[in-house]
Amino acid sequence: MKKLLLGNEALALGAYHADVMVAAAYPGTPSTEILETLARFDDIHAEWSTNEKVAMEVALGAAYAGVRALVAMKQVGLNVASDPFMAASITGINGGLVVVSADDPGVHSTQNEQDSRPYAKFAKVPMLEPSDSQEAYDLMAHAFDMSEMFDTPVLLRTTLRVSHSKSVVEITRSRNPLPRARTFHHDCEKYVMLPAHARRRVPVVEERLAKLSAYAESCPLNQIIWGERHLGIITSGIAYHYAREVFPNASFLKLGMTFPLPARLLRYFASQVERVVVIEELTPFLEENIRILGVDVRGKEFIPSTGALNPRIIEEASFHAGLLPQPSGWKAAEAVTGLPERPPILCAGCPYLGIFFVLSTMGQRSKLQRSQGKWEKELKLIITGDIGCYTLATYPPLCAMDTCACMGASIGQALGIEKAGTKAKVVAVIGDSTFFHSGITGVVNGVYNESETTIIILDNNTTAMTGHQEHPGTGISAQGKKTKAVDLERLVRGIGVDDVKIVNAFDVRALRTAVRDCLSNPELSVLIVRGRCSSQLKQRSHALVVDAAKCDRCQTCLKIGCPAIQKKGEDIYIESTLCVGEACTICEQICPTQAIKRPSTESGQRNNEQA
Amino acid sequence: MNKLDLLMVGVGGQGIVLAGDILADVVLALGYDVKKTDTLGMAQRGGSVVSHIRVAPKVWSPLVKEGEAEVLLALEKLEAARWCHFLRRDGIAIVNDYALPPLSVSLGLHRYPSDEEIRNILQQRTKQVYFVNGTEKAKRLGEVRAVNMFMLGFSSCLLPADARLWESCIAQRFSAKAAEINVAAFRQGREEGHHAGLR
Repeated sequence: MKKLLLGNEALALGAYHADVMVAAAYPGTPSTEILETLARFDDIHAEWSTNEKVAMEVALGAAYAGVRALVAMKQVGLNVASDPFMAASITGINGGLVVVSADDPGVHSTQNEQDSRPYAKFAKVPMLEPSDSQEAYDLMAHAFDMSEMFDTPVLLRTTLRVSHSKSVVEITRSRNPLPRARTFHHDCEKYVMLPAHARRRVPVVEERLAKLSAYAESCPLNQIIWGERHLGIITSGIAYHYAREVFPNASFLKLGMTFPLPARLLRYFASQVERVVVIEELTPFLEENIRILGVDVRGKEFIPSTGALNPRIIEEASFHAGLLPQPSGWKAAEAVTGLPERPPILCAGCPYLGIFFVLSTMGQRSKLQRSQGKWEKELKLIITGDIGCYTLATYPPLCAMDTCACMGASIGQALGIEKAGTKAKVVAVIGDSTFFHSGITGVVNGVYNESETTIIILDNNTTAMTGHQEHPGTGISAQGKKTKAVDLERLVRGIGVDDVKIVNAFDVRALRTAVRDCLSNPELSVLIVRGRCSSQLKQRSHALVVDAAKCDRCQTCLKIGCPAIQKKGEDIYIESTLCVGEACTICEQICPTQAIKRPSTESGQRNNEQA
Repeated sequence: MNKLDLLMVGVGGQGIVLAGDILADVVLALGYDVKKTDTLGMAQRGGSVVSHIRVAPKVWSPLVKEGEAEVLLALEKLEAARWCHFLRRDGIAIVNDYALPPLSVSLGLHRYPSDEEIRNILQQRTKQVYFVNGTEKAKRLGEVRAVNMFMLGFSSCLLPADARLWESCIAQRFSAKAAEINVAAFRQGREEGHHAGLR
């Protein structure tokens, strides 16, 4: 059967057909759809874990108990999970364990541009890389087999253009669960890493690596495609497809297993072609490791080592490197310059607009609007931020974020800035899902170390940025089952925060009062701002309207940063296709001349009746 | 049809990814190889969104190369200008005559280009530019969000697939109730495409 599948869907289906029993993940672009797809199969356990470290531990436990397990994350998630990942390498597994890490070359939706591949070498575990959806599907079976054959976790590294491209998959397998003893056997020299045991496991890992190197030589995932012999290209992942397009006649060594590398195969391939180059995205991981094996290859001399590749970049680089003749009169098609950019923004009706409007006005941040992102003078209010939709409050007009480093960092950073002795008040802003992921320990630390900061938890009861996944606070599992919800308020009170407030995200006056109270309280306070994500609203009332006769064009409403509030000439209007109406009304509340209104009472009533 | 490289662009939330998925289903049913890749994740939040769709007997890269697309389908005017360098010199631009100014424009930090400027930018790339009143037509049908299906219908005239195949691929993606209005928007768009002499 042929199907058009996203790389991530193909990975999930491949794992399902390879008899995976337990799957765990934390959402993160570009990896999210892997677990979303697996969660639809009700004969396995698929969960959103609180974070990647927990997900890795869950999968590792399942593998210890003899079943096949998968854990999926984005590349920075592997940083969070790196501790149990390294542990999995030294203990080995029992049932197969596949760790999927999805990189984001070009930084579309991440805080950095990180190449996951060195993690395989670091942890001394094998790594596979698919180049399209078909391979994503096929590689999963190899990955689980390899994991069990060599008693090791397998790193399956994908990238955005593999994970988020749809291509045709021939589905050749189905799920045929093997009879497995689902038992955990006591084996403390393998599973209890006391120094005395770990010391004995170290050489086992080295032996495993040697066996894997030998296996790589005959691994069917490493393939030579012979073309003309004047140019040989060593490549993997999405770069293979780009390179095939640019060099239709060259010879290729396509690596599906990219660690450990097949030394003999590489040497053989290099000896058969006149010139050999490596084409890979991001760091020179293949190039350097191939050179270590004694094969003199070049790649990053002409292929960029940052950003996402595409056929055009490879083509232009190849002109310069003399790999391709540059056609006379060739000119790259250039984008038109000078157009206004369109960065992502907070949605109309977003429950975070109100609180950021309050922080922005109280912190007098409108002055930052034309500052090009830099401000030398002292701030009245310092706002440490975190990872989620709300990071977008950094942009004008709100300009309401000063830091964003990694998941959960806002709370610790706020304490550090406070303890450094700054005069300004410090507020940490963190979303609900991010708080569960890695904010809790920050609060524990704040209570213990007597922080005076204010922590604002933005609670929209979902993981919005990645597409509305459930989390521990929602009370619904990844597979749609009702479960126990973790109560945010009780959680922070339990840690020892006495000053805890809950405020409606769409009540500007209440938000302002609450923030003022928190800031004047010389102890750690937590403000939970609660409101529904506007893209999850099931019904919308009519859009609000601007009464042109009453509007004095003061533009206060534009400072909210709501995309529905637009300007034509000097006149303000509300774009009816975007405004969520009565679910929000932030602009109505702040308009100094009461010029923003709900549509006539008659239609308003009709809506109430509908609701 | 030997090959078709198509770019669908617009603003996050306009239904570009879905329209592209339907087109991919159709060409797959016609027996072509197809690859498609979209903007997903953070960039989707009201940002500039682009969907690359490549159709041929065998497709390697999922990304369309600049200067090589046969068709640019834009659901917003500024986005048409932003992405038109992907078009071949003899390519076809189908543009929804609808402006959604970025926030920076409302704030007075940037200026939205005039209709004439946008037309000039597009015409410097290709002579085949079609402006379509998609948003207006979808509003009149009673569902402004069906603009993606209207525009897909308009462009559908360029592909060797009959209306029945298109409509069944659309119906599969919606509930029965939503399918009705979306198929209606598609039909009207297709009719206008034929009318405009698109083939």
